[in-house]
Amino acid sequence: MNQASGIAFQVLQSVLVVLIAPLVLGWVNQCRAWLQNRSGAGIWQPYKVLNKLFHKDAVLAHNASPLFRATPYILFGCMWLAVGIVPVLATSLPFAPAADVIALVGLFALARVFVSLAGMDIGTSFGTLGARREMMIGFLAEPAMLMTLFTASLISHSTSLVTIVETLGQSEFVIYPSMAFAAIAFLMVLLAENARIPIDNPSTHLELTMIHEAMILEYSARHLALVEWASSLKLTAYITIGIAMFAPWGIAQAGDWTGVPIALAALVLKLAFAGAGLAVLETVSAKMRIFRAPEFLGTAFMLATLGMLTHFVLET
Amino acid sequence: MDFSSLQPIEVAVTLSVIWIGLGGIALAFASTPRIVTDAVFPAGAVVALALALTGLWAMNAPASAAILPAGLPDLPFHVRLDALSGFFLLLLGGVSFGISLFSSGYFRHGDQPPGLLCLQYHIFLASMAFVLIADDAYLFMVTWESMALSSYFLVTTEHRSEQNRRAGFIYLLIAHLGAISILLSFGVLHGGHGDYTFDALRRAELSEFWATVAFALAFFGFGAKAGMLPLHAWLPEAHPAAPSPVSALMSGVMLKTAIYGMVRVIYDLIGGIRWEWGLTVLLFGAATSLFGVLFALMQHDLKRLLAYHSVENIGIILIGIGLSMVFIGSGHPVAGVLGLIAGLYHTLNHAVFKGLLFLGAGAILHSTGLRNLNEMGGLIRYMPHTAFYFLVGALAISALPPLNGFISEWLTFQASLQAPLLESSVVRSLVPIVAAVLALSGALTGMCFVKVYGVAFLGQHRHALAEKPRDADGWERAGMAWLALGCLALGLLPVFMIGQLNNVSQVLLHAGLSEEALASGWLWLVPTSSAQASYSPVVFLLVIGAVFGLTFLVVRQVYHGRLRRADPWDCGFPEQTSRMEDTADGFGQPIRHIFAPVYQIRREIPRPDDPYPVFRQEVEDRHWEWMYLPVARFTEFLSRHIGKLQQGRISVYLLYSFITLIALLVFAQ
Repeated sequence: MNQASGIAFQVLQSVLVVLIAPLVLGWVNQCRAWLQNRSGAGIWQPYKVLNKLFHKDAVLAHNASPLFRATPYILFGCMWLAVGIVPVLATSLPFAPAADVIALVGLFALARVFVSLAGMDIGTSFGTLGARREMMIGFLAEPAMLMTLFTASLISHSTSLVTIVETLGQSEFVIYPSMAFAAIAFLMVLLAENARIPIDNPSTHLELTMIHEAMILEYSARHLALVEWASSLKLTAYITIGIAMFAPWGIAQAGDWTGVPIALAALVLKLAFAGAGLAVLETVSAKMRIFRAPEFLGTAFMLATLGMLTHFVLET
Repeated sequence: MDFSSLQPIEVAVTLSVIWIGLGGIALAFASTPRIVTDAVFPAGAVVALALALTGLWAMNAPASAAILPAGLPDLPFHVRLDALSGFFLLLLGGVSFGISLFSSGYFRHGDQPPGLLCLQYHIFLASMAFVLIADDAYLFMVTWESMALSSYFLVTTEHRSEQNRRAGFIYLLIAHLGAISILLSFGVLHGGHGDYTFDALRRAELSEFWATVAFALAFFGFGAKAGMLPLHAWLPEAHPAAPSPVSALMSGVMLKTAIYGMVRVIYDLIGGIRWEWGLTVLLFGAATSLFGVLFALMQHDLKRLLAYHSVENIGIILIGIGLSMVFIGSGHPVAGVLGLIAGLYHTLNHAVFKGLLFLGAGAILHSTGLRNLNEMGGLIRYMPHTAFYFLVGALAISALPPLNGFISEWLTFQASLQAPLLESSVVRSLVPIVAAVLALSGALTGMCFVKVYGVAFLGQHRHALAEKPRDADGWERAGMAWLALGCLALGLLPVFMIGQLNNVSQVLLHAGLSEEALASGWLWLVPTSSAQASYSPVVFLLVIGAVFGLTFLVVRQVYHGRLRRADPWDCGFPEQTSRMEDTADGFGQPIRHIFAPVYQIRREIPRPDDPYPVFRQEVEDRHWEWMYLPVARFTEFLSRHIGKLQQGRISVYLLYSFITLIALLVFAQ
C-alpha cells in the first residue's frame, strides 16, 4: 500500500473510532437499562450530553492552575492516539509502529497521571480522595495489563500490536492455554481501568464510593465534555485491544480495501457483543469495597503471570 | 602546540586538573563570595560542558592512554579513556553543567560563605572524573577514596545538626566497607603478579572459583556505593543531609561511578561472564527497585523520598545489567547488548532526571525553607517555573512516554522479552517475573510522583508562610532548564544515544545491535527488528500535540470559549480548608495498607478520654532491625573484648611483642 492511502486509512480509522466511542457507551448503558427492566435513555444519549456540555459556559475554580485547564485536552489527545494505534479495521496503519503495547500502557499511564494531578489541583477533599484511589487502582492494574500483553507478545515474538494481530489472526485456530489466563486477567483489568462495576460505578455520585467521578468533580462544560469523551474513548480502546488480542478474526489485511466492509461489519458485531457482555457483567455483580480492590487486581496480576508461566511450560 | 595529535585523555586530565584549580581559586577568594558564585561556579560549569564533549569524542575515537607524572616512585598513575569511560564522562559533564549553573544561584543566598564548599565541590567533581579515567587499581582506589571523603565533608556541611553528623558517619562507614571489598576484589584479580594496571588485571587468568570470588567482592563493594539492597541504608540518610546541588550530584552522578566500576570490573577486567552471576545481579536489582519505591512512598520529607527513588532506580539499572549478563553468560550476545544498553541508558536518564528533581527540591527549600511535603501545597501558583521543570522531571522518572525514563524502561522490557532464547527453564521463567516486578515498581513510581507533585505544587497551601515564596532565580532556572531539556532530548531522540552506546558495547563485548536495528533511522527506535518492536517518541508527541491544538481550535470555533471563575464545587460543601486535603502520608495510606508486612510500623493511639489527642505513626525500614543493629551490636561486643588487650602498661605491650617474636620464630621455619 502506498504511503498516501495508508495515511488516509489511518485518519479514517481514528476518526471513525472517535466518533463511535460515545455510541459504545450509549449501547452499554442501554443494554444495562434493558437488563434492569428500565426503558433507558436510548443509545444516542451520550452525544446529546456532549453537545449540551459543549454549549455551556465553563466554570472554573478561582485557584485552578493551567495544568487543570490543559488536562482535558491532553487526555483527549492521549486517547485519540491510543485508538489510532490499535488495529481495529485493518492491520496496515502507518502510525502503528509509533507505539507498541508497552508504549500503549505508558500512554494510559500518562493520561491517568494527568487526570489525577488535575483532581488534586483545586485542593478539594474529594479531588485528592479520587486521585489517591485512582492511582491505587492504576498501580495494581498496570502491571497486570503489561503481563497480559507480554503473554501475547511471547506467543507472537513481538510487542507490536499489528504483528500480534497478524500472528494470532492468520494462523490456524490454535487454543493457547496461556491466552485463556490472559483473557480473564485482561477482562478484570478492563473493568478496573474503565471505572466499571465491581471496582467503581460510573453512574454514581454517592460521595464516599466514587473514584473516577471524584477526580473530575470540578470540571464543567467543554472541559467535562472532553473528559467524558476521553473516558468513552478509553473504554472503546480497551475493548478493541481485547478484540485484537483474543478475537482478531475478520480484520482486513494490509492493502486490502475490499476487506474493509467485512472488517467494519465484524467490528460492529464484536463491539455490540462486547458491550452487551459488559452490561451483563455489571448487572450481575455488585460494587465491592475499596479495600477489596487490591485483592481483585492482585488476582488479575497473578492470573496474567500464571498465563505467562503456562506459556513457558506448555507452549515452547 | 600541535593540536592534531591531541588525545581525548589529555584533554580530560587537563579539564579535571582545572576543576581542582578552580576549587583553589574559590578558597583564595573565600572572603569575597561574589567572585565564587559569579565566576568560579560558572567557570566550573563550562569545564563540565567541555568534559562532556570530550566524553562524546572519546566514545567515537579509539582508546587513548597516558601515564601521569604523579604517584609514588616506580608506581606512576596510569589513565586511559575508552568508550565506556567516555560515556560516563559525558554523563558527569552533562549533568554537572546544569548543577554547577544552579549552584551559582543557590549558594548566593546561603548563610555561610561558599568558598570552602566550592573547593570541596570541585574536588568532588575532579575525583569522580579521575575515577572514570583511572587505568590502574592504585589510582582507582586513591581517587575512589578522595571521592568518598570530599563528599563526606559536603554531607556534613551543616555539621551542627546531630542528625547530619550521624548521616555522615553511616555514609563513611558503608563507603569504607565497600572500598575494602573493592580492594580485595582487585587483589584477587591481580593473582600475585605485582602489577596492578588494569591491563595486567585483564590478562590475568583466573580459575572459575577465584573469578566468582572476584565478582562477588566487586558486586558487594560497588553495590554498597550504589545503594543496592541491603546496603542502601546510608543513602536516604546522607543524600538529604547535603546541600541540594550536592544531593543532586551525589544521587545523579556519584552513584553512577559505582555502576561504572561494576561494569568495568565485571565486563572488562574479569570477563568470561557466567549466567549465575547475572542472575544474582538480576535478583538483587529486582528486590532493590521494589523496596526502594515502597519506602519512597512512605516518606514525607521530599529529599529523603528522592533518595529512596535513587535506590529504586539503581535497582532498575541493575535489572538491565543483570539481564545482559544472563544473556551473555548463556551465549546470546545480541540480547546481552540490548540489556547492557538498557542499563547504561537508564544510568544516564536517572542522572538527568534525578539531578533535576533534587535541584527542584533545592529551589523549594530555598524559597520556603520547607522539606516536609505535608507543609507545602499550592506552590505552582508562586513558583511556576520551578513547578514546570519539576513536572518534567516527575513525568520522566515515572517512566511516562515521551520522556526519557520511558525509553530505558522500554528497552529493559524488550531485553526481558528475549527470555525465550534461554535454555534453562527456571531462568526463562524468572526473567518475566523480574519484568513483572519492574512493571509494578514503575507504576508505583507514578503513584509516588503524583503524590509529590499533587501535595507540594497543587492544591491549597498548607503553611502560613511569612512572605510569598519567590520563584527560582535566573541561574537556578538555567540549571533546571538544561536538565529538563536533557530529559526531553533523551526521550525524543533516543536513537542518537543508542548508536553511541552501541560503540560502548562494541568495545566491551565486541558485539553490537543488529544491522536492522541501527539502520532504522532517527525517527524510529528499533531494538531488534521492526516486526518485533518499535517506538517513535516524536510521532507520539506530535499526534498528542496536534490533537490538543485541533481540539482546542475546533471547540472554540464550533462552540465558544466562555469561562467564569467561581468557588470550587466539591459536592456543595461550603467550608474547604487545606486540612481537608490529603497529606503526603494520607496519599500513601493505601500502600501502607496493602504492603503492611514490608514496613515496620509504630503507632501511638491516644486514649478515648485524652483531652489533647495526638496520633503518631512512624514507618521504618526493617533492615535496620534485621541487619544493621545486630551487626552493630556484634561489633561492639567484639571490640569490648578485644579492648581487654589494651592494658596501657608498657610491660604488657613488651610481652606481646615477645610472644609475637617467639611465634614467628617457631612458625616461620
